[in-house]
Amino acid sequence: MPKTNPLRKYLRKDSLPHFFCPGCGAAQVMNFFLIAADDIKLDFDKLVAIGGVGCTARIPVYLKTEALHGIHGRTLPWATGIKLHNPELKVVIFAGDGDAAAIGGNHLIQAARRNLDVTMIVVNNLNFAMTGGQVAPTTLQDLVTTTTPYGNREEPFDLCQLAISAGATFVSRWNTHRSYQAINAIKKALQHKGFSLVEIVSQCPVNFGRRGIGTDDPGKCIQWIKKNSITLKKAQELPKQEKTGKFILGNFVEIHKPIFEGSSIYCEQGAK
Amino acid sequence: MLGNHAVVEGALAAGCNFFAGYPITPANEISERMSERMPRVGGKFLQSEDELCSIFSVTGAALAGGKAMTATASAGFNYMQEGIGYAVAAEIPCVIVDVQRCRGENYATQADVMQMRWGASGDHELIVLAPSSVQDLFDYTIKAFNLAERYRTPVIVMSETTIALMREKLVIPNADRIEIINREKPNVAPEEFIPFKAGPDGIPPLPAFGDGYRILHSLNPHNEYGGINWEPDVFESMYTRLIGKIRHHCNGIVQTEKYFLEDAQIILIAYGSEFRPALDAVQRARNNGIKTGLLRLITIWPVPEKEILAVAKQASAILAVEMNIGKYAGEIERVASGLCKTVRVNKNRGFIHTSSEIYSAIEGVVQ
Repeated sequence: MPKTNPLRKYLRKDSLPHFFCPGCGAAQVMNFFLIAADDIKLDFDKLVAIGGVGCTARIPVYLKTEALHGIHGRTLPWATGIKLHNPELKVVIFAGDGDAAAIGGNHLIQAARRNLDVTMIVVNNLNFAMTGGQVAPTTLQDLVTTTTPYGNREEPFDLCQLAISAGATFVSRWNTHRSYQAINAIKKALQHKGFSLVEIVSQCPVNFGRRGIGTDDPGKCIQWIKKNSITLKKAQELPKQEKTGKFILGNFVEIHKPIFEGSSIYCEQGAK
Repeated sequence: MLGNHAVVEGALAAGCNFFAGYPITPANEISERMSERMPRVGGKFLQSEDELCSIFSVTGAALAGGKAMTATASAGFNYMQEGIGYAVAAEIPCVIVDVQRCRGENYATQADVMQMRWGASGDHELIVLAPSSVQDLFDYTIKAFNLAERYRTPVIVMSETTIALMREKLVIPNADRIEIINREKPNVAPEEFIPFKAGPDGIPPLPAFGDGYRILHSLNPHNEYGGINWEPDVFESMYTRLIGKIRHHCNGIVQTEKYFLEDAQIILIAYGSEFRPALDAVQRARNNGIKTGLLRLITIWPVPEKEILAVAKQASAILAVEMNIGKYAGEIERVASGLCKTVRVNKNRGFIHTSSEIYSAIEGVVQ
């Protein structure tokens, strides 16, 4: 009897086959999420998966759950309306670095500040992959993309530091090489009450690897990410200049604060 | 009551339980009153970080089962077009109030009348209502919710500085005398439900997130099952249904009012606050023996084509009265298609027409 992947039951059959390129990190992260969700027995009837536009944003299209997809950068506003109206729903956002750090950047800051009770999984593949490999706010300096033919002249964003500064209550960064830690971080984030962000540095062999680091081999791309990643503990011992261009991995923040329930809450006189 | 406050009371009477807004004059009184009233009736109020957040949180709340609304003014309305387009394509019932303003401030205008209809990219139909008084703002906000729920589509209330910041008498009927329409939910189990398959009326039922139906909502072309599909046939049939569900129901959607039309030779067509000086001018003309009438458009989109055509067949001249450079006049001329003379009566300087100005325009046609 042919074996079926046990996680296949979570997939929306009429959306398959998926559109990810061979070796794509976003597909790997979808797998991470399903392993984590299966492990904590997430109720898919009460789950809303949200994607904006981009490769990562396609993940919700393949999940057999309530799903919302198709507008670039507006995942968190959707999530805000959903969570305020029905706090019982679990909301998970799948965002690429374009959705999260470029067009949707302000929404990220505000949702973190409010401690909106959602999980945001950011697949950071360091470029605008779906549109053909343009430079992103996360692209490292000097790398070649389709809109930085002479090398990127901009400083890259550190999404995790941004989320922490804005008030996010769970923040973690791993990469596709550290699958065990990434799955664990997603699991923790899903169980966290408040705004949780898990960034996963990920390979895009076709549109980033080829131009940015000179290889379209997924394995070599992952090796490049591995080589440029350091743990939080190690980073604390290194001088600043040696951390430039490195992906610092770890669970940065896990704290508890009241969650967002609306901008105006009525309470009886004297009550708090 | 203040016009902007009447909008809030109308929304709450209609069952609105989610409101999001970003500060902008002259719509602020809507947000301010909502922030006070909404939490006391068990709803949620959000002061959003921008108008994009307003419109998308509204569509999110609506899909979660809420009756949701946002309000803004012209400059903020620009930002909402993306979300309005999404709400049309994904068939999300919600209400948007645009309090039109011009000259960068609270000056009177009807300059957004085309943006109401054509602001979003892609093909779509939209329902837009044009109140002309504080009472209308209450009544038509309720009607906007009812139309949104009935046709599973965003509905826009085209307010104006003139009425939004006006205080007038408002009669709020008892709740049992207000008609409330709520969206149709599926009556079959999730495994039998085909989410975007519609009956003859073209409007598929809409469950809420969490009801167990696990539906994929996307702007991308989708088949009846909700799966993204790039086939030209899927795209074409999806948009044929989306457009058709409004166009085929024009009789149920369109609302107009007719004044002194029986024997009228010169007929004014006006909407929104311009209806008020227009009616005044028509009465004055009648007093002076000029056979004048007035067609008031309450629904401005979809265009009340049947009513405008009937007027064009009857009149020797139509006067299209508007507070802008002459925009909706193009629609009136299109429908009249040369059956009678059409004259544009425009004012675009931040003030409403006086009835004397409109009366002069009537006299100009007589001579």
